[in-house]
Formats: sequence, structure tokens, C-alpha cells
Amino acid sequence: MNALLLERDGTLAYTAGAVVADDAVDVATREDATAAVRGTFSLSGVSVAYGRDRVIEGVGMEIPARSVTALIGPSGCGKSTLLRCLNRMNDEIGNVHVDGRITLDGADIMGKAMDPVELRMRVGQVFQRPNPFPMSIYDNIAYGPRTQGIRRKSELDLLVEESLRGAALWDEVKKSLKKHAFELSGGQQQRLCIARALATKPEVILMDEPASALDPISTQQIEDTIAELKDSVTIVIVTHNMQQAARISNQTAFMLRESLEEPAHLVEMGDTKKMFTNPDDSRTESYITGRFG
Amino acid sequence: MRTPPSDGARRLGRTTTRRAAEAVVRAIIHVCGWLAIVILAAIAIFLAWNSVRAFGEAGLGTMLSGTAWYPTSDPGKFGMLPLILGSLFVTGVALAVSVPVGVAAAVFISEFSGPGVKDVMKSIIEFMAAVPSVVYGLIGVAVVIPLVKDVFALNSGMTALTGGIVLGVMSLPTVISISEDALHAVPFDLRQGSAALGNTRWQTTFKVTVPAAGSGIFAAVMLGLGRAIGETMAVLMLTGNAAVMPTTVLESVRTMTGTIAAEMGEVVQGGLHYSVLFAVGLVLFAITFTINLAADLVLERQRKRWRR
Repeated sequence: MNALLLERDGTLAYTAGAVVADDAVDVATREDATAAVRGTFSLSGVSVAYGRDRVIEGVGMEIPARSVTALIGPSGCGKSTLLRCLNRMNDEIGNVHVDGRITLDGADIMGKAMDPVELRMRVGQVFQRPNPFPMSIYDNIAYGPRTQGIRRKSELDLLVEESLRGAALWDEVKKSLKKHAFELSGGQQQRLCIARALATKPEVILMDEPASALDPISTQQIEDTIAELKDSVTIVIVTHNMQQAARISNQTAFMLRESLEEPAHLVEMGDTKKMFTNPDDSRTESYITGRFG
Repeated sequence: MRTPPSDGARRLGRTTTRRAAEAVVRAIIHVCGWLAIVILAAIAIFLAWNSVRAFGEAGLGTMLSGTAWYPTSDPGKFGMLPLILGSLFVTGVALAVSVPVGVAAAVFISEFSGPGVKDVMKSIIEFMAAVPSVVYGLIGVAVVIPLVKDVFALNSGMTALTGGIVLGVMSLPTVISISEDALHAVPFDLRQGSAALGNTRWQTTFKVTVPAAGSGIFAAVMLGLGRAIGETMAVLMLTGNAAVMPTTVLESVRTMTGTIAAEMGEVVQGGLHYSVLFAVGLVLFAITFTINLAADLVLERQRKRWRR
């Protein structure tokens, strides 16, 4: 990890250099700063149904700004579905019904007053499989800003550089910004997708198993990137990898669907350190220690 | 009493039969595959063989650059340029109709219609493809000819524009269904990625989905073009068939296909005029072959880019 960080010396557009090496499981230093910071989610009684099938019920949680929150749980426990509630991506699927209350910095994001398109500029997402657009590296990053109406070349150039630095990809691609995005490796493509999400200056970035399709070295680079980013954006990450959750997150939420007949629910949520060493619920302990799931 | 063959022997026997069967099937498939190439080559050779006299007596350069087509005068003038331009004018109009309408329809069907509407539209488009070209010709005679005549205040409604409009409509099914397939094949991941960046469905469609489907849409246009340039019956009925150099699409034209169809019945077999018509066919063949080849090359390059 340290070797990789050295490489990135001076590229920390999104972070105050010294914090990078910060312990990933350190929450206290951040909480005093939250008052003025944007990107805080508050969920209460959130339930989701696909048609008649209730998949999530009664989830309530607080997601603090400028930190990493991990959603863990066995396959099919609704982690990704819950994540998609946070930027209303479930709207894109159809036949999905979301109940309850979700606020972003106090504003209801499920109400009519919230335009999902605007919400998604504030809450970006990185998907499980890298999905760069079939265009150049530069155009991939400039895509979001252009949607927001930014046309000035100098401004776009700056955003592209900033975003690529933020995703720790700048040094690798700065000489070939016109190259087609598909020519990048899988790990580079995923960091490109992170950069693409950063370019719209979001308050939150949602990540749905962003490293599950990548090799260990690329995974490491993604995790390092996350560690840097959490000082400027809120990150909510779904992961199947316990070690990953333990390494990179400040809070962990454990979700569980006990049987197919009943919807999934939140078992418990807390500081990652506590969740992984001394969880309140025995089911959390069983899951984390690998007894099921 | 015979002992039943052992398991191993039975399996071996089955394998041998299967191998034989496979060899036969493979041979048949090989022959069929090569047959396509052989037929194509045979067509080219046949056309060329029958054009030899035309090349010798009228000359290829003279034919291609000649602006006068008077095959029955003495001596006959065989300038193909009016015919080639006629075909290009009609095809150009057809493309101007079928590309915007067809691609827009495909975008609607693929990106904006509900599942019910989509199914209905797709079957209607298939029906459109099944209508014989002579029926399109009839409708053109009854509707489009008077319309063009009135709108542009012409003496005759039989123009390149008339034929082109009807040809454009005729090639719509090809353009729509192949474009729709191409759009449909664009991964959901990409649409999702665009939506997650705060793009509306329209923005996503025009900035990501349509460009991503670009090669397929290009193929659709090329196949539509192929259909339009090769179509005979409708243009014969609608374009007025005057073999003169056209300057605008509001004039009567005669296409290469129309010429062959109209004159072949009246020529002396083996005569010069007969041979010249084969030369026209050869030129048509060369044009469509080039279009297809170009389309293939572009598609192949795009495909390589998509491959990850």
C-alpha cells in the first residue's frame, strides 16, 4: 500500500496529503467536522418491493458525511438494492416500489420535489463491472460535466485532470487522454469510472462491489483510492469481501435476509472496528467469522 | 447364443458411427459454405463474359463517361452516366427518407416504448417488409406521383424524388429492424452508467446508446442502401424512365435497374445492346459489392474496438 501511495505523491487533488496514511477505521477524527460538511444520508423505515416481492423492510441508518460506510451481508440480502435507493437508480428498473424516508442533508430524496437526475449529479455511482463509455478517456470524464452544461475547454481540462488525479489514474493516462477507454485494463477502467463519477463533483459516491471483477493489485489500487477520497466525499460501498470492509470502512452495516419468505432487514450497524471485533448480534459474528453466507 | 457386446465395444461402435456422421455433415456444410462464394464468382464471371462485346465495341471508358443513352439509334449511343446518376439520385432521396425516419423509429422502439407497443411495432415492421415491391409501386402511382406533381407544381409527378420517397419507405423495415437490434445490443451497464451521472433518458440515448450502436446502425443504413439501389419494380413504375442527364431530383430519371428490366425484352440476344445491358449489370454489381465491402470493413473495425 505504501509503495502505491508514494507513486501518487503530489497528486492529491481531493485530499489533504497527510490524511492518506490515516487508519481506515478511525471515525472520531471525522465526526467533529460533519456540521458544515454535505453528504449525510439518513434512512428511516426504508422498504423495497420488486412487484409483490418485498425484498427489504424497515431499514433505518445514519450515513455520516466524509467517511466510508460498508454494506455487508450474504448474496441476495438487498445490499445493492438499498444502495440503489440512495440515488434512485431503482427508478430505472421499473416495477420497484420504495417506501420510507431517505434524506440527503435533510432533504427528502424520494419526494416529488427531488429530481432524480439532479440527485444523481450529487450522488454518483460506480458499478460492479467497469462500464466506461465507448469514447476517449477524456470524453468519458468530461461526459458528466458536459451534461451539467460546462463547455469551456479550459474548465473541462481542469476537471478531467482533477478527477483523474482523484481516482489515482492521472499519471498512467495523462499522455494518452485521447485514447479509447476500452484500451485500458480492467482496473484502469474501473478507476476511470471512479474519475468519471468524481467529475460531477458529487457529495456522495456509491460503489457496488467495485473491485469484485478485478485482480488483487487493481483491487488494492481501488481501495487506496477510496481511502483518499473519503476526506472529500461520502462513500457507501457494497462488498462481499469481509477483509475489504474491515480495511477500508469507518462504519459497517450488516444486512440479512433470513429466508426467501421474508424481506431482508438491517441486523446491526456500527463502527467497523466494533463490528468486526465485538458485534452486538450473534448473527453478525457468525457471518463475519464465516459460519454462513 | 451371441454374447452381447461389452460396454466398451458398444461405446466404440457408437463413436465410429458418430464420427462418420460428423464427417458427412461437415462435408455438406463445407460445400454449402463454398457454394455461396462459387455462385458469387459465377455471377461476376457471367456478367463480365456477356459484357465482353460491349467493352470491345463501345468501350468501358466511353460507356462510363458518356452522357447520351440512345441504344436504338444507329449507331447506338451507350453512355451510362444518365443511368448511374439516375440510380444515385433515387437512392440519395431514399436514404434521406429512410435514415432519419428509420433510425428515429428504431430509437423509439428500443429506448422509449413499453413492451406491448414494442411487440406490436416490431410485427408491423415485419409486415412492411413482406409487402411486394409492385404494391409499393401501385401506392406510389396512386398517391406519391400526384402529391409530388401538386406540391412542386410540375408537369409530371414521375421524378427521382417520387421513386426515392417510395424506395425510402420500402427500405424502412431493413433500417429499423437492424438499427433496433444494434441499439438493443448495447449493454444495460452503459445506460445505467450514464443515468447515474445525472443524465436524462434522452441524453443517455443520444450521447451514449446511439453512438455505441453506431456500427450496427451504419450496417443498417448500408443494407437499406443496398436494397434501394437494387430495387427495380417500384422505380420503373414511378420515375418516368427518361434516360437523360438529371440535374435535380424533380426530373424524370431512369435507373440502371430500370433500364435493364425495361430494355432486356426488346434486344437481340447476343447483340451489342444486349451486351451493353450486361455491362450495366456489371457496373451495378460492382457498386453494390463495393458498398457492402466498405460496410464490412467499417463494421469489422468497430467490432475490434468493442472487443475487450
